[in-house]
Amino acid sequence: MTTVSAPTLRIEALHKSFGDLEVLKGIDLAVAEHEVVCLIGASGSGKSTLLRCINLLEPIDDGRIFVAGEEITAHGVDVDRIRRHIGIVFQAFNLFPHMSVLDNVTLAPRRVLRTDRPAAEERATALLERFGLADKRLDYPDRLSGGQQQRVAIVRALAMEPRLLLLDEVTSALDPELIAEVLAVIRELAGEGMTMVIATHEMGFARDIANRVVFLDEGRVLEDGPPDRMFREPAEARTREFLQRIIEAGRL
Amino acid sequence: MARLTVGGSGRRALLIAFVSTVVFFGLIAFLVVNAPGWDQVRRQFFNWDNFFASAPGIVARFEVNVRLFLIAEVLILTLGLLVAVLRGLPGPVLFPLRLLATAYTDLFRAVPGLLVIYVLGFGVPGLRLPGVPNDPFFWGVVALTLVYSAYVSEVYRAGIDSVHPSQAAAARSLGLSQAQALRFVVLPQAVRRVIPPLLNDFIGLQKDTVLVSFIGVVEIFRQSQIRSSATFDFTPYLATALVFVLLTIPLARITDWLVAREKDRRYATSVRATGQRGRRGRFLGGGG
Ligand SMILES: Nc1ncnc2c1ncn2[C@@H]1O[C@H](COP(=O)(O)OP(=O)(O)OP(=O)(O)O)[C@@H](O)[C@H]1O
Ligand SMILES: [Mg+2]
Repeated sequence: MTTVSAPTLRIEALHKSFGDLEVLKGIDLAVAEHEVVCLIGASGSGKSTLLRCINLLEPIDDGRIFVAGEEITAHGVDVDRIRRHIGIVFQAFNLFPHMSVLDNVTLAPRRVLRTDRPAAEERATALLERFGLADKRLDYPDRLSGGQQQRVAIVRALAMEPRLLLLDEVTSALDPELIAEVLAVIRELAGEGMTMVIATHEMGFARDIANRVVFLDEGRVLEDGPPDRMFREPAEARTREFLQRIIEAGRL
Repeated sequence: MARLTVGGSGRRALLIAFVSTVVFFGLIAFLVVNAPGWDQVRRQFFNWDNFFASAPGIVARFEVNVRLFLIAEVLILTLGLLVAVLRGLPGPVLFPLRLLATAYTDLFRAVPGLLVIYVLGFGVPGLRLPGVPNDPFFWGVVALTLVYSAYVSEVYRAGIDSVHPSQAAAARSLGLSQAQALRFVVLPQAVRRVIPPLLNDFIGLQKDTVLVSFIGVVEIFRQSQIRSSATFDFTPYLATALVFVLLTIPLARITDWLVAREKDRRYATSVRATGQRGRRGRFLGGGG
């Protein structure tokens, strides 16, 4: 059932294990429409796993996930249909190397939404233009810089007009001078009201852009709150420790 | 690298390579020509009159091998891909299909090709089932297709496995179905990578077309046999061998060239990729 007030994303008691290793130990999280949530936490705390579960790329062991009020983890839902509405961008870009930038972006609209080629290309070109990639549309991914590749990956996800966008450390594979251009794109999307869940190690960026920061610790949401409070006066000792380490590493 | 290179550099290296080649082959020629039975061998294998008399008929018969090769090749590329895809299907429901595909590849790689040709070429027509053809050419195509598809499916499978799972994940995350991800993302990359080994299998198939002579197809080898027994000399076989050599050498060079190109390309991309991965200090300048 879809109601106006249903949050874009709601997760209830999500559990996920890889073999004996329990990675997510009961996650509860709700993300309202137009909200930007940043997931922070140590390496191995389960950020990527959580995002992959939301996109149904990993089967979950227990719990429920709702998108716009519909339970997507229910038996018999069409996962392909669900994924159309949830975009994900990976740390390693994962562009299709055998296709031009334009074909990367139009593949899903054409094959999944059955948009005809001229219409799909027109829309893709408009999107690429907006993000300063119009002149790269006929290039192959290996001709692009990392920053450009990652922006193409974001455009590729946007071409499906997702109602929720998941970003998994999209700048960690980039050289420092290329990070800014990708962050600018995300900032622009946030300004437009795109609902996003962003796993990131860029604390400065999280503080700028997030409506809410969620601290993940060993597979649990230890605390969450507005960035101001989270970064200035975290309630939990472990959050303080984590932020302390980040500050020492010069990344805040 | 499979390219034929002289090794070393400059004119001196070239000279050494030349001299050593001449000495090496000169020595072999000397040994052969001075062997006790050389005179007889020369008469039986290097009879130039017979060579020129039999060559046109032999070259003409080669058409049968070429036809066999072309038809079988198309079928092999198709069936091999189908079997490779079947073996990769997920889920317990499809287990019987996976089992069947695995049994097929195991069986046809185990049994010598010639036996398959015999069994199909003599056995199946021997059943005298209504509507089943007894044309040996037909059964030759079927047998070679079955044998080679088993190998080729393994080549495809290696190609499919070499495409990183993150590629399929990226496709699925965009809403593409399993089949669409395979069709548009995984297979195009896989096939591109296995073209050199596939060409290598083509060379094998090209030669193995002569095996169908054993079930009565009069092709190039059978033709040279006929000539040979008529004149009691082996020169027609020499002509046949020459035809295969002339066809295989270009194909082998093309394969080498493709392998080298693929290697260069992959190396270039992987260097680039690691250059981009490192958080600090890229050692390769300019990424865009
Ligand atoms: N496919 C998998 N199979 C087995 N273990 C896995 C798999 N994926 C993740 N893990 C394990 O799950 C744990 C959480 O991994 P995850 O990638 O979600 O962490 P993360 O918070 O994203 O870390 P990072 O900040 O380093 O990206 C890790 O211990 C990891 O080794
Ligand atoms: Mg991660």
